[in-house]
Amino acid sequence: MSTLLDIQDLRFAWPGDSRPVLALESLALAAGEKVFMFGPSGSGKSTLLALIGGLVRPQAGRIMFQDQDLTQLSGARRDRVRAEHLGVIFQQFNLLPWLDLKANVMLPCRFSRARARRAGDAERAAEDLLGAMGLEAVLWGRRADRISVGQQQRVAAARALIGRPALILADEPTSALDHDRRQDFLDLLFAQVEVAGSTLLFVSHDRELAGRFDRAVDLTELNQPEVAT
Amino acid sequence: MNLLGLAWRSLVNRRFAVILTVCTIALSIGLLVLVEQLRSEVREGFYRSVSGVDLIVGGRTAPVQLLLYSVFGIGDATNDISWQTYTELKGLPEVKWAIPMALGDSHRSYRVLGTSAAFFEHYRFGNQEPLELDRGQVFEDLFDVVIGAQVARQLDYDLGDRIVLAHGTGNVSLQGHDDHPFTVTGILAPTGTPIDQQLYVSLAAHRAIHIGWERGVQMPGSAIDPDQARAQAQELRPNAVTAIFLGLNTRAAVFGLQRRINEYRPEALSGIMPGITLQQLWRITGLAEQVLRVVAGLVVLAGLLGMLTVLLATLGERRREMAILRANGARPWQIAGLLVFEAGLIAAAGILLGVILALVVQLAAAPWLLANVGLHVGLSWPALWQVGILGLIFVAGLTVALVPALMAYRRTLADGMQVRT
Repeated sequence: MSTLLDIQDLRFAWPGDSRPVLALESLALAAGEKVFMFGPSGSGKSTLLALIGGLVRPQAGRIMFQDQDLTQLSGARRDRVRAEHLGVIFQQFNLLPWLDLKANVMLPCRFSRARARRAGDAERAAEDLLGAMGLEAVLWGRRADRISVGQQQRVAAARALIGRPALILADEPTSALDHDRRQDFLDLLFAQVEVAGSTLLFVSHDRELAGRFDRAVDLTELNQPEVAT
Repeated sequence: MNLLGLAWRSLVNRRFAVILTVCTIALSIGLLVLVEQLRSEVREGFYRSVSGVDLIVGGRTAPVQLLLYSVFGIGDATNDISWQTYTELKGLPEVKWAIPMALGDSHRSYRVLGTSAAFFEHYRFGNQEPLELDRGQVFEDLFDVVIGAQVARQLDYDLGDRIVLAHGTGNVSLQGHDDHPFTVTGILAPTGTPIDQQLYVSLAAHRAIHIGWERGVQMPGSAIDPDQARAQAQELRPNAVTAIFLGLNTRAAVFGLQRRINEYRPEALSGIMPGITLQQLWRITGLAEQVLRVVAGLVVLAGLLGMLTVLLATLGERRREMAILRANGARPWQIAGLLVFEAGLIAAAGILLGVILALVVQLAAAPWLLANVGLHVGLSWPALWQVGILGLIFVAGLTVALVPALMAYRRTLADGMQVRT
């Protein structure tokens, strides 16, 4: 298995803050892997996701993504990498409330031609994904704020998956769901991640879920900002 | 749907605040355009009213005052000109024609002008257009009256109607010339000038109805019988006229004649050139116009600041929207661009709506101006320089939007990939 993401000696402090919030020796994700990351709040997970997403640049270290170092790329290039190769699912409020479900799913295709090309017929791809995530066709034209939170999270998953990005970043996507829905959501997500051939990095504070993944890592152990200072 | 489509959908989602903002800007732009349009239209209207007159002569008074009471019926004369002076001026070699004006009477608040046939023959308005009768004829009988188009329309008069004039001007009347009813024999075609708001009688008739009047009061039993007056019509002439319009054979003579009139020995006279006196009038009203302009400008500024307020206020609630767009591949400049585009759309819609508003108000105000000031205000497009100003305001709107755009830009960079609410 080839390595999709390889992070080495990463150190990051927010501007104006001398203390680093993130100091990470090594983290690697193989292509197609589904990795659970235990990351309670305060563990630096938001910062790590922002770094992987290319939204911020670390003060030190390397982030090799598909064999290119994100830390060496300009902001515009990192934006492009994110648009083309990354799917993101947040804890909640994933959707633009004033767009319908289908338009929400097609959103990444607007910002990346490569993504749109891989999706083929974007509308068709959106419909297929929505269907695959268990959302009936009657909902597709509905405004995103007119559906339940559980449904919204599935739409967010469909959006993250459109155009088969190399990496799906999921930031506590199930924490707003109850136990049964959580399992359903994971079933659907796993199935579609496999169809897309994407790698999944799933961050959660809920260790119970870890068993279903290929591998689990603990960010609280990986991240040692005190050691770095 | 492209990025602009997204911006549009986002706007539609916030339509209430957006429409209010557009209305704010539209009102401010409407005010700005209206002030300018009315200013230029009113000036144009004033020039239209005196286009054929080379000199206006009246008793010694301020030029602007003479112009206002002789042409526009605003204010009253303080001094008259003797009949002798009138005949003398009329007989000068450089004078082509002279229109005498005897004022002082009214009919239901419309001015009555005692004049001669020269008025209908020589008076010019607008683009050197002569007066035309819509119906009927100029006075034949002593007690014939010709009425302006607006008078006929407002009072619903037609040929053959009998009317009574009132002594003095103003709405509260006063003593009537009840013994001498007049017959409407002619109705002038509309001119869009104060001509439409006056009634015209012959000088002889003006004299006839004033026989026996002393200091504004009629001496009992001293009035002249209408038939008696008709018999003497040839000899009846007023002792004085209020003003005289002069047309010269050559315009070059106007300065020399004006000086001679102003230095006229037997009587204190004022001679004015309408165009130059209008300029003086504009200098007087200029300050007020400047103040109006400044106020209108400030209102536009307030409109733009209102837009800024709305954009900044929505910035907070749109933070989530921006984080979502960013996580899905939007670049910071695209997020900033959304805000600038939005402001551009609001400003453009506001400006367009404002211009339409100004035109509508102009249309609505035109009848009122015509009825009350006798000015014909046409519908006109903003002049090129005004379009330039509107363009600048649009650019100012975009510039104002740079503030929230820059804030959004920096915030998207700082927020990273979190949805903050």
